[in-house]
Amino acid sequence: MKAAEKSTLFDRVVKATPGGEALAQCLQCGSCGGSCPSAVDMDHSPRALFAMINAGMEDEVLGSNTPWYCVSCYACTTRCPQNIPITDIMYTLKQMAVQRGHYDHPHAIKFSETFIGFVEQRGRGFEFGLATRYHLFHRPKQFLQPTQVFKMGAMGANMMRRQRLPVRPVSIREIDQLQAILAKAKVVAAKEMQA
Amino acid sequence: MSEQRVGVYVCHCGHNIAGTVDVEHVAEWSANLPNVVISRDNKFMCASTGQEQIEEDIKEFDLTHVVVASCSPHMHEKTFRNACARAGLNPYLFEMANIREHASWVHASDKDGATNKAKSLVSAAVHRVIHQEPLQPMQVDIRPETLVVGGGIAGIQTALEIADAGYHVYLVEREPSIGGHMAMFDKTFPTLDCSACILTPKMFDAGSHPHITLLSYSEVEQVDGYVGNFTVRVRRKARHVDEDLCTGCGSCWEKCPIKVIDTVFEAGLGSRKAIYRPFPQAVPKYPIIDVENCTYYKSGKCRMCEKVCPTEAIRFDQEDEILEVEVGNIVLATGFQLFDPRRIPNYGYGRLENVFTNLEFERLSNAAGPTEGKIVLRDGVTEPESVAIVHCVGSRDKNYNSHCSAICCMASLKFAHLVMEKTGAKVYNFYIDMRSISKGYEEFYHRIMEEGASFIRGKVSEITDAAHTPEEEGKLILVCEDTLIGRPRRVPVDMVILSAGLEPRADAQEVGYMFGAGCGDTGFFTERHPKLDPVATVTEGVFIAGACQGAKDIPDSVAQGAAAAARVLATISKKQVNLEPVRAEIDESRCSGCRICNNMCPYHAIDFIEADGVSRVNPALCKGCGTCVAACPSQVINGAHFTFDQLIAEIDGIMVDVTAGALEVV
Amino acid sequence: MSQKTYTYYPGCSLQHGNHAYEVSNRAVAKALGFELAEIDDWNCCGATEYFSLNRLPAYALVARNLARAADGGATEVVAPCSACFLNLYKTDKHMKLYPKLNDQVNEALGAGNLSYKPGTLKVRHLLEMIITDVGFDMLKDRTRRPLYGLNFAPYYGCLIARPDNVLDSTEQPTLMDQMIEVLGAKATDFHLKTFCCGGHMTQISEETAYGMIHRIIKNAVDSGADAIVTICPMCQMNLDVYQGYANDMFGTKYEIPVMFFTQVIGLALGLSPRELGFGQEFVNMSGLIDKIQSSPPPKAKAARRPKEALPMPVMPE
Repeated sequence: MKAAEKSTLFDRVVKATPGGEALAQCLQCGSCGGSCPSAVDMDHSPRALFAMINAGMEDEVLGSNTPWYCVSCYACTTRCPQNIPITDIMYTLKQMAVQRGHYDHPHAIKFSETFIGFVEQRGRGFEFGLATRYHLFHRPKQFLQPTQVFKMGAMGANMMRRQRLPVRPVSIREIDQLQAILAKAKVVAAKEMQA
Repeated sequence: MSEQRVGVYVCHCGHNIAGTVDVEHVAEWSANLPNVVISRDNKFMCASTGQEQIEEDIKEFDLTHVVVASCSPHMHEKTFRNACARAGLNPYLFEMANIREHASWVHASDKDGATNKAKSLVSAAVHRVIHQEPLQPMQVDIRPETLVVGGGIAGIQTALEIADAGYHVYLVEREPSIGGHMAMFDKTFPTLDCSACILTPKMFDAGSHPHITLLSYSEVEQVDGYVGNFTVRVRRKARHVDEDLCTGCGSCWEKCPIKVIDTVFEAGLGSRKAIYRPFPQAVPKYPIIDVENCTYYKSGKCRMCEKVCPTEAIRFDQEDEILEVEVGNIVLATGFQLFDPRRIPNYGYGRLENVFTNLEFERLSNAAGPTEGKIVLRDGVTEPESVAIVHCVGSRDKNYNSHCSAICCMASLKFAHLVMEKTGAKVYNFYIDMRSISKGYEEFYHRIMEEGASFIRGKVSEITDAAHTPEEEGKLILVCEDTLIGRPRRVPVDMVILSAGLEPRADAQEVGYMFGAGCGDTGFFTERHPKLDPVATVTEGVFIAGACQGAKDIPDSVAQGAAAAARVLATISKKQVNLEPVRAEIDESRCSGCRICNNMCPYHAIDFIEADGVSRVNPALCKGCGTCVAACPSQVINGAHFTFDQLIAEIDGIMVDVTAGALEVV
Repeated sequence: MSQKTYTYYPGCSLQHGNHAYEVSNRAVAKALGFELAEIDDWNCCGATEYFSLNRLPAYALVARNLARAADGGATEVVAPCSACFLNLYKTDKHMKLYPKLNDQVNEALGAGNLSYKPGTLKVRHLLEMIITDVGFDMLKDRTRRPLYGLNFAPYYGCLIARPDNVLDSTEQPTLMDQMIEVLGAKATDFHLKTFCCGGHMTQISEETAYGMIHRIIKNAVDSGADAIVTICPMCQMNLDVYQGYANDMFGTKYEIPVMFFTQVIGLALGLSPRELGFGQEFVNMSGLIDKIQSSPPPKAKAARRPKEALPMPVMPE
C-alpha cells in the first residue's frame, strides 16, 4: 500500500472488529441473510453490505439501516461457512456510523443512548425511565398519536399492576469507581481512534 | 582432504525469487565464502542453459561440490543431481538451498530480511556440502504382483489395466461385492447413461480375470517390507458360505425369514435378508450371512438357508482366514464416504421425513431400487410436485469440510433432470457457485436450464416445517437469501434432496499409516506432487487412485486408476528400482547391543543379531528418517547424507554474520 | 450435593421487570440446597446497547463485574439472564483471545483500582449450572409433584446456544428438553427453540419484533405445548408481554403462558405458585397447575408407518 493512501473502509472495519480478518474470505453465499430473523426489514442483507464494504461504498454502508436491525442473535455467525464474526461486525458498523454522525435509524441509536445514559449515571438499567424518556423525547411523533398513547399507557399500567415496572431507579454503591473506569475507557478508545 | 572447489548458483526463478531477494548481491557475496571458486546468478537454473552452465563449470573449474540456491528440493533436486552426474560428479556431492519457499515467498514484504536469509541459507549449504560424500544408489528387485486396495471404479480400473498387461493383481475389497459407490447410482452425468450398464461389465471382467485374485469381504491387516518386496496380511472375513459349492442360485435368501434394513447398498431405503447378496449383479455372486441379525447366531435355531441350499454350501462354523500375499507395488483406491447431513441440524435430515440425501435419491431413482425407480415421498406413494436440491451440504463450509466436493453441482443437475423427467415436478437448485469444469459439463448445465429447472443463488440457511403463511402449511420451507436479488426468500416444496459432500473415509488416517501414505489438511491421502506426481505417495511403491486422494467424479477416478497402473507397470518392466542411499548404518564395533534403536524404528528396519550381540540396519527397509541416529545412547549410528559433521557444518554456516562486511573480501 | 455457594450475577432485569424469575431462582436454590451470593455492588452489563455505541467502555463496564467477582475469590460466576451471561462470557473470552484488548480493558479498570486476568472466572448460565451440577438424578429425586400431563415448548433463545455452544447444539439443543422430561412433563417437538425473540426490537421496530414473536408463539402452540419455558428475562418479556400485540397484528388469539425454567422446576419440587413469583405474568399461568395429572398419561403410540412407506434414516443412539 502507498503510504499516502488513506486506509480503506474494509481495513478499518477489519481492524475494529475482534477476529475481523475473516471478512476477507466472504464467499457471498448469503447464509447470513438467510439466517437473519430481521433481514426482511434491512435495506441490504449483511452479505450485500460486505460486498459494499469491499467496494468502499462508505456512505451507503454507514447510512444503511442493516446494523440497526441486527438483533444480536448470532444465527448468522454460527452458520457462516467462513467463520466471519458477523454480529461483531454489525456492532463495529454501528459505532462507525455513530462516530461519523451518519446513520439511518435514529430510534435504535436513541434507544441505545438513553439506555446507556442511565447505566452511566447509576450503574444499573432503569426500565421505567428508559421507556418514558426514550418514547417521549425521541419518538414523540409516534408516541403522541392518540392510539399509541393509549396503547403504551395501557401497557405501562398493566406492567405496573403486575409490579413489573418500578418507578424508582436503583444506583450502585461505588458509582464513582464505575464512572472512573468508563471515563478512562473512553480516553483509551479515543486514543486508539486517533492512532 | 584434497582441495575443495565449490560452485554456487543463485536462481532468479523469474520474479519468484528475484522480486524479493537481491539475487545478484547474494551471488556476489557467496563468491567470498570459503572454498567457493565460482558463484553465479541465473534467470532460470532449471532451464537447459542453467543445467549446462553447471556441467561446463564442473569441467572447466574442476568443481568438487555444487550448491544451487533456488526452490524446494522436492521440485528440482533431481534435476541438478542429474546435471552433476552428466558432468561426472557424484550426485550426492550436490546441495540445494531453498531461497524461494523459505525466503522470497514467505518474506515478500521484507526484501532486506529475505536477502539476508537467502545469504544464510547459501552459507549453510556451502559449509555443509564440502562434508558430503559420494554415495551409490541401491538396487532392489521388483516382484511383478500388485496389491490393489478397494474395489470401487478406481480400484477396478487399476486392477484391469495391470492384469491385462499380464501381471497378477490381488484386489482386496471390504464389502461383500466390488463396485463401490458407482454400483448404487442410477444415471451418470453428463451423458445420463446408466451407471450399472457401464460398470457391471468391468466388475465381471475383474471377477473372472485369470490374472486377478479377488479378495472380497476382506481387509488388509498388516503391511511389511519395501518397494518391490511387500508382504501383506489380509483377513478374509467368513462369509459362512462355501464359495466352491455355492452357485448363487438365491434359494437361501428367498427363504430366509429375517428382513434387515439395508443401510449400505440401499442407503437405508430398502431391505435385504439376513443371508444376502448386496445386489443382483454383485461380484462375486456368493451371498454372505449377516451374523448380527441371523437367528441361528442368536438362538441356535432356524437354519432355513442350510435346509434349502441345493449344494449344501452353508457353513455356520466357517472362520476368518488369514492370507499372506507378496507384492511389489500397492495401489490404494479406498474411496470416500458421504458427509452425514445430520451434523447440520438446521437441515432437518432425520427429523423431517421428506428430506433425502443424494445417495437415497440415487436409490429412489434406480429401477433396481426399493421403489423400482419411482420418485416418491417418504410415504412411499405420493409423487412430489416441487423438489428442492441443496448444493454444498457439508462442503465449502469451515464448520464441516472446507473443500469443494467437486461432484455435487453436476450430480445435482442430474437429479434435477431425473425429477423433471419422471415427475414433472418444479425443481429448485440452491447453489453458491456453479462448477461445471470438465468436458461436456457446461453444456449439461445449459441443457438442465433449458429443461426448466430454477436456480437460486444462495446457501440454504434452514429447512423447516414451521409454516409462516397458509401456503407454507404442510410443506418443507427452504429459507435462504436469494443473493442475486439481495432479499431473503422462503421456498415451500414437497421434497428436498441434500447433495451431501464427499469426505475422507473415517479410517483414512489409520489406513494411511499402515501403508505409509500421509493425509493432508482435508484428510484425503497426500500425493507426492499436487500437479506432477498425483498418483504417487511419499512411500516408494505405494500409489493412490480415485476419491481417496480427493473428491472427484467417475472419469477422473478412472483416469487416476489407469495412471497408477501405468506407474506400477513401469517399475515391473524395469524389474529393478533404485533406492535413495540415504540410510542409517550402525558401527557394529562400538554398538553395545542395548536394542533401544530396534523398537524406535518406525519401519522395523533394525534387527538384533543374537550371534554378534549387535544391532544391524536392513538398508532396503530403512527410509533414512534418522530416529535411530538421535536415539542411540552411544552415538554410533551414522545417517548417510545427514552425518554429524555435515549437520554441524551446516549450523556453522547458518551462524555466519550475513550483515557485517558483507561484500568485503575475506 | 453439599451446600455450595455460587457467585451470582442477577442482572438489572431480575431486579425490576422480571422479579418473578429472581423469586423462583432463590426458591429453587433453597429447595435444591445451593446458595446464590451476589457479586458485591455489581453493575449493569450494558445489554446489547453499549457494544453498539462504544466498544471499549462496553467491555470495561462488563469487566468491572468480573474483576469484583474475582476479587471476592470466586472461580465461577452464574447468570440467569442470557444477555448478561453472554456479555460476561464474551468479555472474558475476548480479553483472553486479544491481548491488546486485554491491556486496554485493564488500563480502564485501573482507574477504579481494579484488574482482571481473563480466564480467572468460568462464566456459566444458571440453566447449564443446574443441569450439570445439580443433575437430572437429583432433580428427579427431589420431584414431589411430577408434572404429568403438561406439555412444554422448551425455548432456549439465542445467547446461550450462540455464538459458542455451551449446551449440546447451536441449532437444536436438547438439554432443557431432557430436564423437562425428568420433571414428569413432556417437551414438545419445537423447531423454533433457538429462533430469536426480537430482543430490543419491540422498542425500535414493532413490525419486526411482533413478526418474530408471533412465529415463535405459533410454532409453540402448533407443537402442542401448554406453555413456553424460557431461560432469559428478555425472552419472557417479549413472548408474554407482547403476545397480545402480536395477536392484534396477525389477527390471532393465542394465549399461551410463558414461564421461567426455575418456575417449572419449582412446581415439580412442590413449591407453591406464590413462592415461585406467579402473578407477574400477562398470560396467566396458574391454570397450568390444574392440568397436572396424578399419573403419567399413557404413552402415545408412535403412529404406525404404512406398509408401503420408506424407512426413515436410521439415527445413531
